[in-house]
Amino acid sequence: MEILKPAMAGTLESSDAQVTVEPGASGIELNLQSSVMNQYGRQIKATVLETLERLEVSDAKVTVVDKGALDCTLKARVECAVFRSCGKSEANIPWGGAVR
Amino acid sequence: MKNAVGRDIPEYLLAGGKEVYQGKNYMDGKYIQKAAPRTRRYEKPQESKLVGSLKEALEQCGAKSGMTFSFHHHLRDGDFVVNMVMKAAIEELGLEDLTIAASSLGNAHDPIAQYIEEGKVVGIQTSGIRGRMGEVVSAGKLKTPAIIRSHGGRPRAIEGGEVHIDIAFIAAPTSDCVGNCRGIGGKSNCGSMGYAMTDAKYADHVVVVTDCLVDFPNMPASVEAIDVDAVVVVDSIGNPKKIASAAARISQNPRDLMMAENVAKVIAATPYFKDGFSFQTGVGGPSLAANLFLEQYMDERGIKMGWAIGGICGPMVELLKKGKVGKVIDVQDFDLDAVNSINQTPGHYEMSASQYANPANKGAFVNKLDFVVLAALEIDTGFNVNVLTGSDGVLRGAPGGHPDTAAGSKVCIIVTPLTRGRMATVCEHVVTVTTPGDCVDVLVTDYGIAVNPLRPDLVECLDKAGIPHVSIESLKEKAYSLVGRPDDLQWEDKVVAVLEARDGTILDVVRKIKPYDPEN
Amino acid sequence: MIPRPKPERFRLRRTMMFMNAQKPGLIKDAYIYGCDSIMLDLEDAVAENQKDAARFSLYHALKTIDYGDTEVIVRINGLDTPHWQEDIRVCVAGGADGIRIAKCESAQDVKTVEAAVEAAEKEFGVEVGRTLLMAALESPKGILNAYEICAASDRMLGVAISGGDFRKCMQTKPQPDGVDMLAARGQMLIAARAAGVQCFDTVFTDLDDNEGFEAEVRQNKAMGFDGKSLINPKQIRFVHQVFAPTEKEVIQAEKIVRAYREQSAAGVGVFTVDGKMIDIAFIPGAERTLKLAKACGMYEGDLVE
Repeated sequence: MEILKPAMAGTLESSDAQVTVEPGASGIELNLQSSVMNQYGRQIKATVLETLERLEVSDAKVTVVDKGALDCTLKARVECAVFRSCGKSEANIPWGGAVR
Repeated sequence: MKNAVGRDIPEYLLAGGKEVYQGKNYMDGKYIQKAAPRTRRYEKPQESKLVGSLKEALEQCGAKSGMTFSFHHHLRDGDFVVNMVMKAAIEELGLEDLTIAASSLGNAHDPIAQYIEEGKVVGIQTSGIRGRMGEVVSAGKLKTPAIIRSHGGRPRAIEGGEVHIDIAFIAAPTSDCVGNCRGIGGKSNCGSMGYAMTDAKYADHVVVVTDCLVDFPNMPASVEAIDVDAVVVVDSIGNPKKIASAAARISQNPRDLMMAENVAKVIAATPYFKDGFSFQTGVGGPSLAANLFLEQYMDERGIKMGWAIGGICGPMVELLKKGKVGKVIDVQDFDLDAVNSINQTPGHYEMSASQYANPANKGAFVNKLDFVVLAALEIDTGFNVNVLTGSDGVLRGAPGGHPDTAAGSKVCIIVTPLTRGRMATVCEHVVTVTTPGDCVDVLVTDYGIAVNPLRPDLVECLDKAGIPHVSIESLKEKAYSLVGRPDDLQWEDKVVAVLEARDGTILDVVRKIKPYDPEN
Repeated sequence: MIPRPKPERFRLRRTMMFMNAQKPGLIKDAYIYGCDSIMLDLEDAVAENQKDAARFSLYHALKTIDYGDTEVIVRINGLDTPHWQEDIRVCVAGGADGIRIAKCESAQDVKTVEAAVEAAEKEFGVEVGRTLLMAALESPKGILNAYEICAASDRMLGVAISGGDFRKCMQTKPQPDGVDMLAARGQMLIAARAAGVQCFDTVFTDLDDNEGFEAEVRQNKAMGFDGKSLINPKQIRFVHQVFAPTEKEVIQAEKIVRAYREQSAAGVGVFTVDGKMIDIAFIPGAERTLKLAKACGMYEGDLVE
């Protein structure tokens, strides 16, 4: 998917993550802040990148402010932000396909 | 050298006869030589010990570089006195190489971080360390490793001369002109002054700092004029709103309540739950809520609590007033209900930190305790508890009375949710061992109860009462299945803090944490 | 991926606890409190501009979290909104046990949802018929059509009344004796029993009014409800306590079921237990009592699962 406009999903509440995607020139530029960076930074980064790859997002500026979200929440926030940026978040989501 | 909880203690810390932790009650029966302070005689009749400023008081007590100043933490996050005194010593008198020996330090003391970075403060001895100070110490900015002690370990170290206090600064809600202090009757009340008492007896010099001067004699005094050199009156010793909260409310969080109910169930299933039993609980959500459910079991069985100790807050005072607990013996107060009750409600008494928890005296209260209910930042499969370092390895907590009450009580119950956000509370290895696993008996989480295999008697009690329990390993696995297995923290060699067991042996060290490297 | 067993149309549903599907901290382990069913809410709890985000959260929660024996039902948005079709797709794709139809007023509403569910089951390769349905009756029309709603589909597990909206329609407020909804509750119960589905009462929202809550739960039990919707875990214990059978009922049920199995094996259809004549008509009730007793920890035998 192509990131068409800036979009955000998630909150800064504990156990949540706020994900912002913006159009980017080339590649994924990931800016990650996390309250559990030392123990989970590597895994959070991997989850975010995997999710973007599944959605075939190749160029984007992605900001994740993580407040201790579980992987399932991280995925949900990244996906929602990406679908929102394309104006496709409301219907016909490929559940079980690119979203899984 | 590896100690009894499997922690590797660098040999150089053992120079001078220090030992590594050998297990519970290792020092029992040994003798100690108590230290005596060198104090000045005040023979002549005197009208007053009032001096004009902290600077004058420091000068009168012969303050110089390299000294150790002590403080108590009864003003908690509202304290102004530590910062005020250190500012006078460093910025007005130009002193350096100073050591702060406090019963605890907290977020109120962020300004001290700068003195650490500037090398003016070179030593910290405390129970708690948080905020900016925790960060700079963790970053290796303090010249010597911080020494972390429990509330019982501190008076042991002071009485045994391991800490020599040159000047004790005693923040006093009220004092008279010669230094009889009380924790009530002023504008910044804290109730009990239990953590200041040993300091007053063992320091070479004692300076009282108050914002409410009262008529002589201020009785009954928590700290007595016979130990005081000077009294300084300042505008304000602290922010009353942060000294004692309005009233500690019992949590309404359903998770806390569920855990608290299970804590009470476990207590009621043991043979120690009988008329006259003794009890201490922390003020955290589920620990405090245990009071509520315990009361129901007491009513059901028609029994009363004999006595309660600890940091005290409203719900315990309430039980005392209802006649459901015989006596409350109080080393510290957490809310105004407790502050206003101490020495006023019949049966509500003050005690010193040594009386409360010192393992080297002849009978601290903790050693007669039946039950204690405590929280944890982390607990590992060896039942070792961490209440000092965060999951990022940074100092942000306090052992407090945790290790003392755990070791002294017949049943020590840790109550904590299995995970906090993405942190596994039940884990394979705690970052820092602050309470050794051989002192911890039962773990109550929101996902189940585990009993330390060292206590088959308690396993039997729970089985008999039909209370389900599981292995602590299975709780750890459940936690990791929820949040993922954490990566190991990356440390440098440099030791930034030494954690003493309550008996003075070395339980663990905290090393400098490597900054997170996203490419690694 | 957590494969959930095929949902049971008739199972124990004393307590159904509402949870905002948009709050990660809430949905991650709501099952620990021991309610029989969790109701993940896409409707009122989720703000209009977060409906999309809630679906992504819900999907991954359903796919990742092990809810164990706790039933997972999702409350979808009303048929008069633009959201319900995507809600159904995510529920079916995620493998929710059941869907609660908000503001249901007719058999046609049920059939509309059923068609969309079936289409989604085919789309996502889910066994057709797996996803259960229940209806929330929130209006006088819904109550008047309760029987046709209950009987509209083989997927229907039951009906629930939704007090907030219903009382507004009726121009009344909660009364201590429940008289405000007495007729509606009664009518819905009769319809549910006639159609052979379960019936659930509405939430009690004043968390500080314990007395009122307890009185309502006792009345629910006395009227014959199967269970109640809840908004806070602290309400669970009392409902389970009230809905538990008495010890005498359990002993009696055990005797009846045991005697029936022995006698029917010997070809006998009518027999006596403690001097009372018993035939096959008593068996479903007795088995229900034993199942309830088992869930309440009062029965450990093997006559029921």
